[in-house]
Parts: sequence; structure tokens; C-alpha cells
Amino acid sequence: MLLLIARRLGLGLLVALTVMTLAFMLTRLSGDLAISIAGPSATQADVEIIRKAYGLDRPLYVQFFSWVGRAMVGDFGQSYFFKDSVSNLIAKRLPITLTLGLVGLSLALIISIPLGILAAVRENTWLDRGVTMFTMVGQAIPSFWLALILMIVLGLNLGILPISGTGTWQHFVMPGIVLAFTAIPALTRLTRSGMIEAMASDYIRTARAKGLSRARIIFKHALRNAAIPVVSIAAVQLGFMLGGSIVIETVFALHGVGYLGWESIAKNDFPVVQAVVLVLAAIYIGLTLLSDILNALLDPRLRTG
Amino acid sequence: MSALLDIEDLEVMFGGRSAAVRGASFQVEKGETHCLVGESGCGKSVTALSIMNLLARGGRRSAKRMSFAGTDLLSLSDREMARLRGNRISMIFQEPMTSLNPAFTIGSQMAEVLTRHKGGSRTAALERAVELMGRVGITAPEMRLGQFPHQLSGGLRQRVMIAMALMCDPELLVADEPTTALDVTVQAQILRLLATLKRELGLAILLITHDLGIVARVADRVSVMYAGEVVERAPTAELFRSPQHPYTRGLLSCVPVPGRVQRDRPLGSIPGVVPAIGPGFAGCAFRSRCSHADASCEREIPRREAAGAHDYLCRLAPQFSEPQPA
Repeated sequence: MLLLIARRLGLGLLVALTVMTLAFMLTRLSGDLAISIAGPSATQADVEIIRKAYGLDRPLYVQFFSWVGRAMVGDFGQSYFFKDSVSNLIAKRLPITLTLGLVGLSLALIISIPLGILAAVRENTWLDRGVTMFTMVGQAIPSFWLALILMIVLGLNLGILPISGTGTWQHFVMPGIVLAFTAIPALTRLTRSGMIEAMASDYIRTARAKGLSRARIIFKHALRNAAIPVVSIAAVQLGFMLGGSIVIETVFALHGVGYLGWESIAKNDFPVVQAVVLVLAAIYIGLTLLSDILNALLDPRLRTG
Repeated sequence: MSALLDIEDLEVMFGGRSAAVRGASFQVEKGETHCLVGESGCGKSVTALSIMNLLARGGRRSAKRMSFAGTDLLSLSDREMARLRGNRISMIFQEPMTSLNPAFTIGSQMAEVLTRHKGGSRTAALERAVELMGRVGITAPEMRLGQFPHQLSGGLRQRVMIAMALMCDPELLVADEPTTALDVTVQAQILRLLATLKRELGLAILLITHDLGIVARVADRVSVMYAGEVVERAPTAELFRSPQHPYTRGLLSCVPVPGRVQRDRPLGSIPGVVPAIGPGFAGCAFRSRCSHADASCEREIPRREAAGAHDYLCRLAPQFSEPQPA
């Protein structure tokens, strides 16, 4: 178990290093940073001063290693636009994105797991077909469209939820619903197919031959096995949600990390861009590790492997 | 005294079209090993599953009588039947590799049978599990409690299944080809174990098999199934000594029995396969493969008595002689 965690951790570090390199290279590829920071009205002399001030005159590898070295201890430099340190900016924005992601994932799990179980134990009934139809429609709806519809209905017509901002917990309900919808179809279908497979297995026949109650058979013996793929996908989905929350944060004017990334790309604020990419990647890596550990806890066959 | 398990005219239909079991009748007495024998697809497993009310979705059972220790199994609700399963009637299966839940320890899977049916603490249930694992010949039973199925061999898993089936001291054990997936030495050990358990615990066993060698070794009485019917019923020795139904004779001619095979004659075989039987089928299902068949085989076939407790389903009189090949 410890060996497994150590191995996954090592792998995670390698991925993080790759992401750092890519984030660094891609921001450099977008053109001469000194010119874009200086703006269209700057003279050649201004550009040279900026180049020196930001350390952009040094060779690329020196810039890279100095950035990596400082990033390791949590120092991502100064933002060019926000007049604040990058770490401060991210520390302020990250809780919003994490709250949104967790609300979205919780909603998604609360809805999709019972729905998937229900569809599986009522396989081939109208209820099952209804659930399948619902997941197909859910998959097809673009999240910005759903966001706008919810804003119109719940926000404007009924007036029960605030439309934008991050003041109270109510502000996270609508974005949470929209975000949940990006994961519900996949998670529901996965739960359903996992449960159908489990219910048809020999060990469920054994559980029935043992005279166990239907509830125990479904929720203990079948769900435990069906949950294994759901857990892996849920962790990856949360990663997608955090990345994909860029659209939702923009629509609902939530000032999270996604929104920060979008702003800083538009402003050529490359220290922020690099840091946002790295933070999102680190979260993703952490989630993958978490799902591996959860899987090993759920499936004893993985523990020794 | 009435039989422990009394099945009369059992019919099982799937999707209302094909009949898997067509009027099977047999009785299992208290403490006896009763073999249900026949080739693949003859309805043995379906019969066993229908007794347990564990038929796959779409399976419908009906019978003139299906009683266990005086209780009418057909009138029980799902909940009442679940109270009987694993408690007074246990079942073990052909696939030891996949019959245990991969996600739970042996101890937890065994203990839940006892706590479900008899209540009591988990600790007491685990103690009982250790005792039974010792009884079925599992070494280091305390260590097995914390192990997972994938850490055990097929033979060990089948022993765990047997021990688990015995948790509540059942009166009847339904064993569906329990040794088919195991290699020969393990097979022999498991059969010996079943025989010992029957003797020591007074357990009745309904053993389903296609292997006449197993029948000869462990059965007290035999019911031969063909195409969903019980075509011959007899005490084991009687069946091997004087088989009456042409199908039983065919089956016996397929296995080498010391003293019965002759060097210059090849082992027998039954030509053809089990036919699919649709609704409205009448007469003998074996007639398409039978060398004695004539037009009268298409009519209703009477059950004939060959000796006490030995009967069969054929138009031919007892002790008819086989035509000798030239």
C-alpha cells in the first residue's frame, strides 16, 4: 500500500515537472513578452528597461530554473497587472474555485449514484429508459446555455437565487448545479452499467443464496464493486470541473482561479498564467493520487499490485 | 414420513416460450445424498435454482408440489424465502473462482450469514467461521478470516463456500456441480468432505452433476434428467446394476466401468444432441436419439415401476433387452 502511494507520488512529481516546463515554454512562445508588457506606445528604450527589470534579458534556461526554484518554495513572483504577488492572488481565488468544484461534485454524486442504482435495479423498465434519456439530454446541453436558462428562471423570473457574485452560499447554488451537470451524465451511466454488471455476477447469486436482504445485496455487495470505476472517474471529473469552471466562473462572475487565468491570458500576465496552469495541474495530480488510493481501499486486489 | 424435499411436476419456463424443466419429480430424504444427473442443458441447474427461487430474470416456476420439511416453497414470499436460504437450505456453485465477493474478506462474508439468520455478535459469528473452516479442512483458519478471495486457490475457495453454507446448520445442501471447475485431486477431496459432512451432520445433499463417476461414489439415490424431465429414479446400486431407460443405458455405456467394458468393443456414445423442446411437445423427448423408438413414443409415456423405489419414463417393459449389434 505504502509502496503504491510512493510510486504514484513519484509519478505525480514527474508530471508536475513536465507541466511546469510546458507552461513556461508556451508562455514564451506567444511572442516577446517585454514588448507586450510595455504596450503599443512604448519606445525601444522602454522595452529594454522592462526587459531588464523583469529579468527577461537572461538566457531562457536561467529564467526557467530561477522560476522553478522559486515556485518550489511557493514564490511565483509578482503579477504584472494586479500589483500583487502571484501567490497572494491565487490564495485569494483558489477557495472560490475549490468551493465551486466541491459543491458541483457533491451535487453530481448525490444525484447520479442513486439514479444509476435505480436504473440498474429496474433495468429495461420505463424508469431505466427515462434515466438513460435524461443522461443523453444532459450530455447534449452546453453548460453556458444551462447557466443562462437557470439565471433567467431561478434568478430573474422566480428571484430565489442571486445571479452573480460570491457573497453568500446561495451564490454557489446555480454555478454548482451547472457544474454538476457536466459530470452527472457520465457518472450516472457508469454507476448504472457497473451495478448491472455486479448484479449479474456470481457473487451476487451467492449473496442471494445466503439469504441476505435485498438492501444489503444492492448497497453492500453490488455497490462496493460498482463504485470502483465511479470513484476513479469522479476524481478525474472533479479535475475537469476545476479546469472547465472557467466558463462557469465567467458567466456567473465568480472570481475564482479559472477566471483569474482567463483575465491574465488576456492581459499577457505570464507569471500568473504559469502559476494558474501549475496549480490546476497540481490539483489534478493530487486528485488522481487520491482516486488511486481510494481504489486500492475499495478493491483489495489492487493493494498488493 | 414425508421427504425433506418433495418436488412434483416442476415446470420452469423462460420468457413463456422455451421450457427448461418439464414436469420433473423427485424426493430428497432427510440425510441422504441425492444426485441429479444428466448432460448439459437437461435442466439440472435450473431445477436447483428454482428450488432456491434464484432463477434469472424471466424465469417462471410452477409445480404440483414443492415442499421443504412440510413448508410449501411456492407459497412463500420473497422475504420468507430469503429467511430460508443460507439458513435451512444452502447452496454452493460450480464456479468457486467467482462465487465469492472480491471486495470483502472471507471472515466478513462468512460471518454475515450467521448474523443475518441467527443474530448474535460478529465475534461469535467469526468464531463459528473458524470452527467450520477447520471442519472442512482449511489450514490456518484464523488467518483466512482477514484474507480476500483472490488470495485463495480454487479448491480453498470451494471449501470456504462449503463452510459458509454450513454456518447455520442447514438441513439441505444444494450443490450445483461443486467439483467441475476443480482438478481431479481437489475434486476427490471435496467429494470426500461432502460425504463426511453428510455422515457427521446428518445433512441431506442434492448433488447436481454430469459425472457418473461422482454419482457412483457418493449418491444414495439418483434421478436421471433428460430434456427437462426426470426419466429414471433409482437407488444408486440398483441404477448401475439394471438401468431401464434407454437414455440411462446410453449414459452408462459412455463411461468405462471395470468388468463391463470389453476390449474389442468401443465405448458407447449417444448420437445427436438434446433437442429444443417447444410448447405443446408430447411424448418421449429422447425418441429422436433412441434406437428403440417407434410411433407409440409420440404419445403420452407412462411411468413404469421396475422395482421398489425404481421407476422410469418409457413405453418399454422392464428388463427389455438391447438389440445385439451383429
